[in-house]
Amino acid sequence: MLRFTLRRFIGAWPTLLVLMTLAFFMMRAAPGGPFDTEKTLPPEIQANLDKKYHLDEPLIQQYGRYLLDLAQGDFGPSFQYKDYSVNELIAQGFPVSLRLGGTAIILAFFIGSLLGTIAALRQNTATDYTVMAAAMTGISIPNFVLAPLLILLFAVHLQWLPAGGWNDGAFVNTILPIIALTLPYVAYISRLMRSSMIEVLRSNPIRTARAKGLPERTIILRHALKPALLPVISFLGPATAGIITGSVVIEQIFGIPGIGRYFVQGALNRDYTLVMGVVVFYGILIIAFNFIVDVVYALLDPKIRY
Amino acid sequence: MVTAKDINALQSLNSQEELKGRSLWSDAAQRLKMNKAAVTSVILLLIITLLVIVAPSFSPYSFDEIDWDLISTPPSIENMHIFGTDAIGRDLFVRTLYGGRMSLLIGVIATLVSLFIGITYGATAGYIGGRTDTIMMRIVDILYATPFMFFVILLMVFFGRNIYLIFIAIGAINWLDMARIVRGQTLSLKRKEFVEAAIACGVSTPRIILRHIVPNLLGIVVVYVTLTIPQVILVESFLSFLGLGVQEPDTSWGALVNEGAQDMEIAPWALLFPAGFLATTLFCFNFIGDGLRDALDPKDR
Repeated sequence: MLRFTLRRFIGAWPTLLVLMTLAFFMMRAAPGGPFDTEKTLPPEIQANLDKKYHLDEPLIQQYGRYLLDLAQGDFGPSFQYKDYSVNELIAQGFPVSLRLGGTAIILAFFIGSLLGTIAALRQNTATDYTVMAAAMTGISIPNFVLAPLLILLFAVHLQWLPAGGWNDGAFVNTILPIIALTLPYVAYISRLMRSSMIEVLRSNPIRTARAKGLPERTIILRHALKPALLPVISFLGPATAGIITGSVVIEQIFGIPGIGRYFVQGALNRDYTLVMGVVVFYGILIIAFNFIVDVVYALLDPKIRY
Repeated sequence: MVTAKDINALQSLNSQEELKGRSLWSDAAQRLKMNKAAVTSVILLLIITLLVIVAPSFSPYSFDEIDWDLISTPPSIENMHIFGTDAIGRDLFVRTLYGGRMSLLIGVIATLVSLFIGITYGATAGYIGGRTDTIMMRIVDILYATPFMFFVILLMVFFGRNIYLIFIAIGAINWLDMARIVRGQTLSLKRKEFVEAAIACGVSTPRIILRHIVPNLLGIVVVYVTLTIPQVILVESFLSFLGLGVQEPDTSWGALVNEGAQDMEIAPWALLFPAGFLATTLFCFNFIGDGLRDALDPKDR
């Protein structure tokens, strides 16, 4: 197990390197320097600025410096918010984003696998069709469409919940964003769970368990659930990436001060270091999560030998 | 006991079978026709496509005509703004359909880009095999774990909202799945007799891949295309929603949803019509993709 984990751990690094390299060269290839303003700066000041931010060094040296800084967890200064470093901005926004995204992924996992299991157990009944039709709807309505619709219904029309804002993380403010983030993934996971559960229920071990006369409850909970969950677990990696991407839009729509909103604002303001920092930070997060998912998967799947 | 009658019946059955051979495709078409959701989706999608192409020319308005006297008016038949107007008085019916043109076009073209890359890459890796295959698929693995959505956003931010860039960027992030699927299929195809025959005849490797492997991948490719198009439309809408996709006065469903969401409290129709079209289209593609997959591979049912 240790060797497997180690191998996976090492395997995650090339991805990280690709990510950082892409990030660096895209930033450098971007038209316009970070300090371009309407007024052209005097050449001496420009030179000083370039020197301060090491823009006068050869590209390869800058690249090395960038990687070295990243290795120490330093994303550099923000170009737009002059008094903040990108690290500080991320540290401010991340707890908020984590609360939304974390809740969303946990809810999606539990509700999705529960609905999928129910649909599988009642295969080809009205319950099954209802769940699957709902899931199809969930998949087909993107979250940036769902979010305004939710606001329209619950905030504008019924006036049950606030239309946006964070309000220091008051519970009522989190309900709509979390629903908008979660619903599409509940839909995906329930479809995945249904088909894998149906397959598992037809497999030989389950037939044996039935033949032994075990109660249905024991069969599902003790024998079928674990193998049926495997595809869902491996989907959690992409799902996290998706929820993180989705949170960019959701935070923008609901006006939530997480990193997603910084990302959009940074992009619009051409705050390259901030945007880059968010991309790399999220990238590392996603890669780390994929690694954890891999290890958990290997722990659960008896067919994987390590 | 098998009686003479049984044997006769069997024989006539046999000859019937021979008379009407059932290919994979006719078999699949049969199964697809039984799938009501898929058939309805095909019809709906055809209607939407037709509307998007033809209908704007029947409206008295054009997609970028501004009418300051009719700002955010609700749908009405009398003044021929049947979906109402947007915040600067443009006709939403024409804009919704015009945006649909853009969304569908991007969906199809970016899918073709991803198909082209994915098939070439996957078929090459699978056919050549060995170390080349290992390296090529390892690259795919690495790229797979990279959050490309963010890079597409960066591309758009840095290099401006160029429509060709959208095609290429979206196509370029969507080929990974295709490459994996195609490689898997190719691995089993390359051991087939007709490939051996081609090798024996001295056909060159690129030609074998192109003429003998790729055509046989068609089944899986068709299923995958119907599942990729909605994904691509979704990505484009997402970009447009962030204000990074197609540029004014051009529009797409995502851009329209974005505009509609901004003043949905006073003009909900500006959100509901484009959102409805977008969701319906994605719905149809997903149903067709599901139906095709079931039809071509009935194992799951």
